[in-house]
Amino acid sequence: MTQPPPVLENEFETEDIFVNMGPQHPSTHGVFRMVLTIDGELITDVTPYLGYMHRGAEKLCETMDYRQGIGYMDRTEYLANFNAELSYVMAVEQLAELEVPERATWIRMILCELNRLSSHFMFLGAFGTDVGVFGTAFVYGFKNREIIQDLFEEVTGDRLMFAYFRAGGLAWEVPDNFETRVREVLRDSREGLQELDGLMTQNEIFRARTEGVGVITAEDAIDWGTSGPTLRASGVPMDIRRDEPYLFYDQVDFDVITGDHGDVFDRFYGRIREASESIKIIEQCLERLEPGPIVPDRLPRMLRTPAGEVYTRTEAPRGEYGIYLVSKGGNRPHRLKIRSACLSNLQALRDMTIGGYVADAVVILGSLDIVLCEVDR
Amino acid sequence: MNVGLFGIENVNIWVDAFIRLQLIVVLMTVVVMGLIYGERKIIGRFQRRLGPMRTGPFGILQSLADALKLVGKEDLRPRGADPWVFELAVYFVFVPVFMAFVAVPFAFDWNVRVLELGLFYVVAISSINIVGWVMAGWASDNRYAMLGALRAAAQGISYELPLILSLIAVSMVVSTDAGRGSLDLGVIVAEQGHIPYIVWQPLAFAIFYVAMLAELNRTPFDIPVGESEVVGGPFVEYSGIRWSMFFLAEYAGLFILALVAAAVFLGGWAWPLGEELGTVWQLLLTAGKALLLIFSVFWVRVTMPRMRIDQLMGFSWKVLLPMSFALILVNGLILVYDWPDVVLLASNIVGLIALYLIVDRGITQRRVRPPARAGAATTA
Repeated sequence: MTQPPPVLENEFETEDIFVNMGPQHPSTHGVFRMVLTIDGELITDVTPYLGYMHRGAEKLCETMDYRQGIGYMDRTEYLANFNAELSYVMAVEQLAELEVPERATWIRMILCELNRLSSHFMFLGAFGTDVGVFGTAFVYGFKNREIIQDLFEEVTGDRLMFAYFRAGGLAWEVPDNFETRVREVLRDSREGLQELDGLMTQNEIFRARTEGVGVITAEDAIDWGTSGPTLRASGVPMDIRRDEPYLFYDQVDFDVITGDHGDVFDRFYGRIREASESIKIIEQCLERLEPGPIVPDRLPRMLRTPAGEVYTRTEAPRGEYGIYLVSKGGNRPHRLKIRSACLSNLQALRDMTIGGYVADAVVILGSLDIVLCEVDR
Repeated sequence: MNVGLFGIENVNIWVDAFIRLQLIVVLMTVVVMGLIYGERKIIGRFQRRLGPMRTGPFGILQSLADALKLVGKEDLRPRGADPWVFELAVYFVFVPVFMAFVAVPFAFDWNVRVLELGLFYVVAISSINIVGWVMAGWASDNRYAMLGALRAAAQGISYELPLILSLIAVSMVVSTDAGRGSLDLGVIVAEQGHIPYIVWQPLAFAIFYVAMLAELNRTPFDIPVGESEVVGGPFVEYSGIRWSMFFLAEYAGLFILALVAAAVFLGGWAWPLGEELGTVWQLLLTAGKALLLIFSVFWVRVTMPRMRIDQLMGFSWKVLLPMSFALILVNGLILVYDWPDVVLLASNIVGLIALYLIVDRGITQRRVRPPARAGAATTA
C-alpha cells in the first residue's frame, strides 16, 4: 500500500480475527487458500497456502517419452497451452539439435500470440468479477475468448488440451482457410478489446478501486522473482521475446508495455495494451507466412536425445515459463523442472496485500492472474 | 379519509384490514417474482444472453420454479449458530418491508391506509431491517457473515441519513392549503399535477437515488453481500425458505423505494399535463414510473464495479450528507423569505454541478500513485 494504515488508539481491547479465504471461495481463482488476519476491514497479515492442486506433473513427465510430455504441459498451464508446449518442445529441440522449418515457426508464433490474447481476455473477464461487475465483463471476456478458442479447435481438434506442437515442428498442417480465419479473429478481438476497455478502464469506480492499490516497487518485484505483466507494471521493461528472442520474435516489431506505478491498475491496463501488441505481432506473422514443410525432413519416429541439460524459457501471458530438462540419453527426460511464472508472482502477494482492505486482497489476487494448475503443478 | 374496500361501505374494520393486508402480501409476492424474472431477462440482454428460456414460454415460470425449489430445500442451521437470533433475523428483515407498504400510494385513494405522516412512516419502518441484517450476521457463527453484517450496519446507517434528508428537502417545500410542508404522500403527489419535483429538485433526486442504491445494497454499493469478497454476507448460512424470505424482502424493498421515489419525485399517478386520469391509468402510471427507476437500478448493476468500504463511507459522510444539509438550508431560506420557485431549481442546479465537481475531483485527483521505480513519471 502507498499509505500506511491509520493507527487506531484502542480504548478497549480488540482482537484481530482470521478469515479463511479459500480453498473454496469464489474469488481465489481455483483452489488457493489465504488466511487473512484482519483488524476490522484492514489486513494485517496474509498467509497463503499452496499445493491443493499438486499432481506431480514434473515427475510424471519423467515416465513419458518426449512426445507424451507435450500433453502434460497443456495440463499445467491450461490458459496458455501453446506457450507452455512451446517451452517444452524448444527444450527438447535444443537437446536433440533439431532444426524447425520456417513455416512451423511462424505458425507457432501466431498460435502463441493468439493464446496470449485469449488468456488476457480471460483475465479481463475474471478481473471484472473480482472488482464486482456483475458478470458483464466476464461474459464479454468469454465471448472473445470463445472466438479464439473456436479457431484453436479448428486447428488442433481440441478445445483445451491441444498437444499440437511437436519437437521439430507441428503435429499436422493448419486448415486451408487458416489465414482468413485468423484475420477474422483479430478483427473481432480488436472490437472486443475496445468493449472491455470502455466497460472497465474508463469507469471511475473501477479506477478508484484499482489505482494505488497493491503497489509493488520495481526492486521488490525483481527480488520476488516476478515476471511478465506483473513485473512490467512496476516499470521494469523485461520481456523475453525481446531480450532473448526465440522463434522469430527478433524479426517482428512490437513494444514492451511497462507501467509506472506497479499498482493493480497498471497490471490490468498493461494486459489490455499487451493484447493489442499481440494483434500487431500476429498481423506481421501472417504477412510472412509462406507454404512449406512443417516438420524437419528427417524426424525419427522415436525421438532420442543425447545426454545433457538445457533450460529454455518463453514469455507466457503470465510471465516467464521455463523448462529445465536433464537428459541422460534415451527417449524420456531424466528430470524435468517447470519454472512457473504464477508461483513467483504469487510470492509478492503478501507484500502487496498487507495494509490494504479485505476487498483489496481480492482485487490484488485477481490482478496477478494466477493459474493454480501452474502454481501447484 | 378511508372509503370502504372497493367502494363497499360499512365493512368491519378487522375484516377490512385483513383483506387489505392479504392483498398486499399476494401482490408483493407476485411483483417480486416478476421483478426477479425481469432482472434476469434484462441483465441477460445486457450480457448478450437470453436469460431464462426453459421454464414456460420465454421462461416466465422461472421465478415460480425457483420459489418452489427454495421452499423444498432443507432449512439448515449451523451448529454454532444462536438458534433464536438466527431464526428471528429473517422476520426483522421481512416484516418491516411489508409494513412499509401500508402507506405507499398506488393511485388516488388506492393504498392500505392514508397516513398524514406517510413518508415518515415508510422511511422509519423500512430502516428497521438493518437490525435483521446484523442479527443474521451475528448469529450465523460465520466470519463472512459477521463481516457482511458489520458492513451492512455501517452502510445502512450512513446512507439512511442522506436518504431521509433528501426526502425532507422535498416534503418541506410542498404547498398545501395550510401552508407549506407535508409528509402525506397523497398530498405530495397531488402537488405535482403539472411539474414533478424531479424538475424543481434534481439534486435531491440525485442524492436520493444514490442513497437508495446503497440502502438496497445494490451495485455499486453491494458491499455487505459482495459475492467475490464476503460470499453473500449475512445470508451465507441461510438456505431454503429463510433465504428466500431475505431475497423477497430485498426485492420488495426495491419496489417500495421505487414507489416512494415515483411518488415524491416523479409525480406518482399524476400525469404531467395535469389531466385527471381514471384509476387504472393512474395505477399504470405509478407502476410505470417505479419500473423505470427499477430498470435503471438493474442497468447500474450490470455496469458498475463494487466500491470499497472506505470509499463508500467517505462518499456518504463527506459528500452526500453535507450536500443534503446544504439543500435543506437553502430550501429553508426559500421558505422563510418566500422566494419564487425558480430559486429552488437554480440552487439545485448549482448543487448538482458542485456534486459533479466534488465527485470528479475526489475520484480522479486524490489518489496518490507514487512511481514504482525511481525516476519514472509521477502521474498517470
